[in-house]
Order: sequence, then structure tokens, then C-alpha cells
Amino acid sequence: MNLIVSTISQGLIWAVMAIGLFITFRILDFPDMTVEGSFPLGAVTTVMLIQGGMNPELAMLVAFVFGCLAGFATAFMYAKMNIPILLAGILTMTALYSVNLRILGKANMSLTKPDNVFNQFGLDKLPTNFNGIFLGIIILTIITFLLTVFLNTEKGQAVIATGDNETMAASMGINTTVMKFIGLMVSNGIVALTGGLIAQQNGFADVNMGIGSIVIGLSAIIIGEVIYPDVPLSIRLITVIIGSIVYRLILMIVLQLGFNTNDLKLISAIILALCLALPSIRAEFFKVFRNGVKTK
Amino acid sequence: MKPIMELDNVEKTIYNDNTNLNILDGINLKIYPQDFIVVLGTNGAGKSTLLDAITGANRVTNGKILLNNKDITTENLAKRAQFISRVYQDPKLGTSPRMTVAENLLLAQRRGLPRRLRSRRLKENLPKFKEFISTMPTLDNRLNTFTEKLSGGQRQTLSFLMAIIQKPELLLLDEHTAALDPQTSSDLMAATDRTIKEKKLTCMMVTHNLTEAVKYGNRLIVLKKGKIILDLNTEEKAKLKEEDLLEYF
Repeated sequence: MNLIVSTISQGLIWAVMAIGLFITFRILDFPDMTVEGSFPLGAVTTVMLIQGGMNPELAMLVAFVFGCLAGFATAFMYAKMNIPILLAGILTMTALYSVNLRILGKANMSLTKPDNVFNQFGLDKLPTNFNGIFLGIIILTIITFLLTVFLNTEKGQAVIATGDNETMAASMGINTTVMKFIGLMVSNGIVALTGGLIAQQNGFADVNMGIGSIVIGLSAIIIGEVIYPDVPLSIRLITVIIGSIVYRLILMIVLQLGFNTNDLKLISAIILALCLALPSIRAEFFKVFRNGVKTK
Repeated sequence: MKPIMELDNVEKTIYNDNTNLNILDGINLKIYPQDFIVVLGTNGAGKSTLLDAITGANRVTNGKILLNNKDITTENLAKRAQFISRVYQDPKLGTSPRMTVAENLLLAQRRGLPRRLRSRRLKENLPKFKEFISTMPTLDNRLNTFTEKLSGGQRQTLSFLMAIIQKPELLLLDEHTAALDPQTSSDLMAATDRTIKEKKLTCMMVTHNLTEAVKYGNRLIVLKKGKIILDLNTEEKAKLKEEDLLEYF
């Protein structure tokens, strides 16, 4: 039971990151590799600031701002220097590795200060792992609400239109460059915030903790879409959260079957590949099924 | 009468195969209020580049573009979109598929204007949009339909409505009926002509269809290798027959 609670808690916290990734991957419609750098950026920033005596909430806010700056760097290379988005993301991600090392001063650091967001506001009085669930729900509620409200504003609609059909958006007088900046900055801000949360939950920050984070985020998005296809945009944010929990539960089951934990990234990639292929497999299955009915 | 738009010796040159190629080669054109100019030309004549130059999608190499006597040559596409709207040939290019018809219309209504953090504007505008699309029977009662669920003809009709919802100074139609089936194309062209007359719009329409070129519009220009080789005024165009145009193709 404790394992399931812990898995749901992990799923909820990682869902915050998946929502950040959703902004670039699904709303702006491009893959952003920056997250593999902005995620540890958030973690190292939060750990360093808390270790330096800063309030954990404020430290996470700073991590969010740093994440926004990472998104700004990618957006600048993409929109102003005409570097393809994939390459721009990889460049920022690579540069952030050094930045993260500079911030942390070494490859990893433990969080030795007792204060963190998981033991404040009476959360430490909750049963084991329920603090993660509680905090995850609160943060997800705030972010999902704010994002839903934003996407329904004129500015939000302009961001959606930019990802949807850039030619049309530009001909509607939308400054698509600004929209790309907004999307990339907010997305990486949220991802860095998640990095800060995970670092506090795990009790340490590591400059390599971003490796594979994009796969985790994408898995949550894709699993959510496979389970709930064709739902409105605001509901899709909730499907991402469900997808994140389901992904963690799948991983838990796989690991319970006795797989080596060293194979975790391999297993994650295989799960994502299967999820990505699932819509085509499903369509093929229904085609065969329908043809079978016709021949009868 | 003062022209709405003036193209003064507009040139667009690209570097291709070690030579400079003039896509637009010294275009001089004055567009007056309520002109409906039909633009004809073979593939590669420079028709779409001319529209790109006017909208700002493609910067010109030389020359000036004036809108209401103001030089807009260096202004970007987003800024010019406040005054100039365009309907593309591909129905998918003109609309946002993940938005409803009403949301698309709201986007178009705010064309070129500041987009603020207001979510109630859509609700406020719904009755207005309902009345607006009622002029186009194919879209009636489809305000809340996602655009990706519409047919090509419906999407192109929506693109046209989006282009005119905020009355543009200049409406550009880039073969906007070419990708549709004959009946839908004919219906949309008739609706386009009716709307242009009713709303007294100034329009420039690129077409390959000689019948449409003769039937619609009050002026006609033919482009060849980036130059205007024929420019007919209202009286001359009124006498024009379809076979007269064959020599230019």
C-alpha cells in the first residue's frame, strides 16, 4: 500500500513537469530539449538557496525564474537567430550543464537543512508520502487553473494559434515570436520548479538528474492522450496528470516484476515508444476488426 | 482620387544558381478605394510573391510600398495585418484547427490589436458572430464546432470571414477557391463578390481561372516574369472576353 501511495505521490509531482512540457510539445507544437537542462537547473538552484538559508517557497520561485531564463535562451536562438528548435534546445541544455555545475560547485549536493516544502504547513504530520500527494494536488490545482485561465484569454489564444498554424497567426497580426518566447519561458519555468520539488523530495540535487526527464514528461502526455483522446484543451491538462500517475504505476509494476533498476531509463524509453505506437496499433486493430465484420 | 496602396518600382531579387533572379521586376501599381483587381499569370510569374511583398511576408529588395501615403516597406507582417488581410489557397492555412469557429473569429476580430488577458470577450461577441456567419449558410449554427471538423469549403468560408470581420484596407485573395470542388468554389466566389460589393472592400484577387477573371472585378493585371505586361482599367475590362486572355498563357 505504501508503495502505491509513494508511486502516486511521484506521479503527481512529475505531472507538474509534464504540464510544463505540454506547453511546448502540444500547444506550441515543437520538441524542446531545454527541459533536460532546466530541470536540474531548478533542482540545483533550490538546493543551493535553501542551504544558504532561503525560505523553500522563495527558493522555488527563484528556480522558476531561472527556468524562464533558460527558456528565454532557447527562444532567442530559435526565434532571433533562426537556429532549429531541436538544436537550440540541445545547445541550451548543454550550456546548462556547465551552469548547473557552477551553481552547485560539484556534481551533487545533499539537502541538509531541515526546512523544505514537504515538511511545512503541517505537511510533516501527514502519514508517509501523503505530504507529496497533498502538495502535488495543491501545486497542480494552482498551475492547471492558472494555465486554463491564461489559455482562455486573448493572449493565451494567440499562443495556441501560433502553435496551431503560424502562417495564420502571423496574418492575424499576432507577433508569433513573442508567443514562442512566452511559451518557452513559462514551460521551462514550470519544469525548473518541478526540479526544485523533486530535489526537496529526494533530499539532494545532481547535475545529471535531468537525463531522461523529457521521456518522463512525454510519457505522461502521451499516456494521457491514449487514455482520453479527443478532449478539450483544458481537460487535456488533467489527462496529463492522470498519464503521469499511470506511467509511474506502470514503472512500479515493471520494477516489481524483478527488472534491474539500472534498466530504468531503457524501460522508460520502451514504455514511451509503445505508448507513441499505441494509437496506430489501435487504428490498425479497428481496421482489421471492421474488415472482418464486412467479410462476414 | 487618392490610392489606398501604391507600389513604386517594387523589386524582389533572389540569388539562384549563381545568378540574380528578379521575381518581381519593377512593379508599379496604384490601388484605389473599392478596386477589385484580378491578377493573372502563369506559375512563377510572381503573383504570390507580389502578395507576400504587400503583406510583409516577404521583404522587397528595392522600391516602396505605400499604404494611404504612408511608407510601410519596412514594417513587419504583424503590423501590416492590422490593415491588410489575406485568404490563402489552402483552406488549412487560414484557420486554427484546434479552435472553434467562434474562437477563430475572435482571433481575427483582434487582428493587429493588442491581445489582453481577457477571457470574457468571446462570450460578449457570440451574438455578433452568430449574426455575422449567418450570411454564409454553410457555417450557420457552427460557432462552437472545432475548425478541424469542418470541410475544406467551410474552412475556406471561415478564412474569408476572418479576413473581412475587421474591415481591411486591402483584402488579398490568393486563389482562394482553387482547392475546392467546382460547386463549392462557385458558391464561395459568388459570396465573395457579393460581400466585396456590399461592404465596399478594396480587393486584389489572384486566380488561374479565366472565366472568373473575366466575370469578377473591375480591373485586371497580367504578370509575366515579374513584370506587369497588361493593366486593364474598368472600361477596358468590361469589354474583355475570355479568349482575349489566351495569348498571355
